[in-house]
Amino acid sequence: MLELLNVSTRVGNQQHIQDVSLQLHPGTLNVLLGATLSGKTTLMRLMAGLETPDTGEVRFNGVNVRGIPVQKRDVAMVYQQFINYPSLTVYENIASPLRVAGLDKATIKQRVHEAAELLRLTDYLQRLPADLSGGQQQRTALARALVKQAKLVLLDEPLANLDYKLREELRRELPGIFAKTGAILVYASTEPSEALLLGGNTATLHEGRLTQFGPAIEVFQRPVDLQTARIFSDPPLNTLLVSKQGAELRCDALVMTLPVDNADAAQLPDGQYTLAIRPWHLLLDVPPQLEKQTTEKQTTHARINAHVEVTEITGSETYVHVRLQGAQTQRWVALLHGVKDLPADSPVQLAIDPAQIYLFDSHGQRCLTPPQREDV
Amino acid sequence: MKSWNNKAWFLVLPVLLLVAFSAIIPLMTVVNYSVQDSFGNNEFYWVGLEWFKEVLESERFHNALMRNLLFSAIILLIEIPLGIAIALAMPRRGWGVSVCLVLMALPLLIPWNVVGTIWQVFARVDIGLLGYTLTQLGFDYNYTQDVVDAWITLIVMDVWHWTSLVVLLCYSGLVSIPQAYYQAARIDGASRWAVFRYIQLPKMRRVLVIAVLLRFMDSFMIYTEPFVVTGGGPGNATTFLSIDLVQMAIGQFDLGPAAAMSLIYFLIILLVSWVFYTVMTQQDADSAPGRGQP
Repeated sequence: MLELLNVSTRVGNQQHIQDVSLQLHPGTLNVLLGATLSGKTTLMRLMAGLETPDTGEVRFNGVNVRGIPVQKRDVAMVYQQFINYPSLTVYENIASPLRVAGLDKATIKQRVHEAAELLRLTDYLQRLPADLSGGQQQRTALARALVKQAKLVLLDEPLANLDYKLREELRRELPGIFAKTGAILVYASTEPSEALLLGGNTATLHEGRLTQFGPAIEVFQRPVDLQTARIFSDPPLNTLLVSKQGAELRCDALVMTLPVDNADAAQLPDGQYTLAIRPWHLLLDVPPQLEKQTTEKQTTHARINAHVEVTEITGSETYVHVRLQGAQTQRWVALLHGVKDLPADSPVQLAIDPAQIYLFDSHGQRCLTPPQREDV
Repeated sequence: MKSWNNKAWFLVLPVLLLVAFSAIIPLMTVVNYSVQDSFGNNEFYWVGLEWFKEVLESERFHNALMRNLLFSAIILLIEIPLGIAIALAMPRRGWGVSVCLVLMALPLLIPWNVVGTIWQVFARVDIGLLGYTLTQLGFDYNYTQDVVDAWITLIVMDVWHWTSLVVLLCYSGLVSIPQAYYQAARIDGASRWAVFRYIQLPKMRRVLVIAVLLRFMDSFMIYTEPFVVTGGGPGNATTFLSIDLVQMAIGQFDLGPAAAMSLIYFLIILLVSWVFYTVMTQQDADSAPGRGQP
């Protein structure tokens, strides 16, 4: 088990990691999720032992590892860049950690071939890294980490430099590749979708602080605070400052009745809140014929007027970026199914289902969560 | 259907003219001289390849060529490893970087004949700091009389003047290696030697090819510094091809043989450079396509 106890580092006046405590268990996949410069890499370097914390402790199986050199810590690391020895063949690259460890030839050969098989590199063992595609180069780096059979495997945005197809392919295989080793797997990523696709646990980082740690879906659905919700939302979370008066949420752009069936909502004191809603829970002004069929459901929907800024069409989905009427500085984005080609500056009305909103208090703490249903 | 637009030629014409006047026409003049004999009065006689044969068979040419090859070999053997070593020892960040870079660049900024003059004075036995001190310390040093001393002086001077070029090239290669490589090596538990052999050296290979080519060509064409320091002496001990060539063309006014010799000289440099380049990039050619390694 890897434990971080109140770990902090600072460089000059800059706090890099602030009071992070974390427990990672063998055989688990843990995603460090955060924007660039949020401290993911520093945290990994601390875990690896490439850096020592200024305060706090890093413990491995209960032992404080301060002062133990990196090469004795049983760690493997894979980077965003494809790091392989340029003048060695793929075989020699994979074998290199085993040679340093001083294993006998037969064992090395067997382990290299096993790893190569698992990462589908068997046909390329005699080639140099430069002759391989980016995906194969990164597979080689992964194989090097795998053969080492390290107890702690750190993957620092390993798929970031790969093209879309290869990224998806390798992401699907990754958890399986390391599953059998029983290692603690730590995976740094900037993409919320990656944390959900990989499964396992997610730790969200913001400016060197750990905001939440738990199973990915749990963190996604029940973020403890606004910051975590923001980190774990792509496209970005839509937010609006509102004031609550009784059962109503109000601001210049919006008047909305709180869902009556939500027990938490009834207990909230009046005051200022941040309303947040996921882009795919925003509905575009519904055509009349459809409205008739769903009248019952739609009645409670709050309406918000906006102007289209730009639409991005991916094919299966359309991202509509809008500015809200009555709150001109507020940009929102709606994620709609199918192709919706809306001209810029055209007025639209967005519908918000009160059952889907999050509310955060003035300290950013979550106080209202949408009920988790299977169909949302 | 292809349609040719002849106007395009006008766009390359300025370059063609420039290259013609700066390179092709002078070269052709030399070729012209090399196949003719003249007895003054602007009278020329066709002699074919006579001068080439004479130059290639002359002992004077062989000796000068051997001196050049020896000099270049020694220069490469000293400057390349020394340049790599200094580049490895240089700091990678902080104020030390700019200090080192400026210090390294200084010798490169000095005109060649000034370098020659500096060392000519520096090494003089009567008034030079180096020469005088060595003599006072009891060394039998005199570059104007002793062949070995003259060679040592020239080599030390060239190393002083040009090693920094190798250093700067190697340093640029070293700093372009991502930090992640060193981290990965640390995690692997690789030794300092392994880091050099398997990360730094392969990553520096491309700049090393350039360094070797530049240093070979420059040292093989060396003229100014030995001309100033030793004047080709003592005897003919430091008469390199370039010095010999100038003596032949201007001193003796043997235009034909001198022209033939300069063409041979040029072809030798071209040939050796090509061999160096081919050998040093061989590994690249073997592993042809995916060069875009980070």
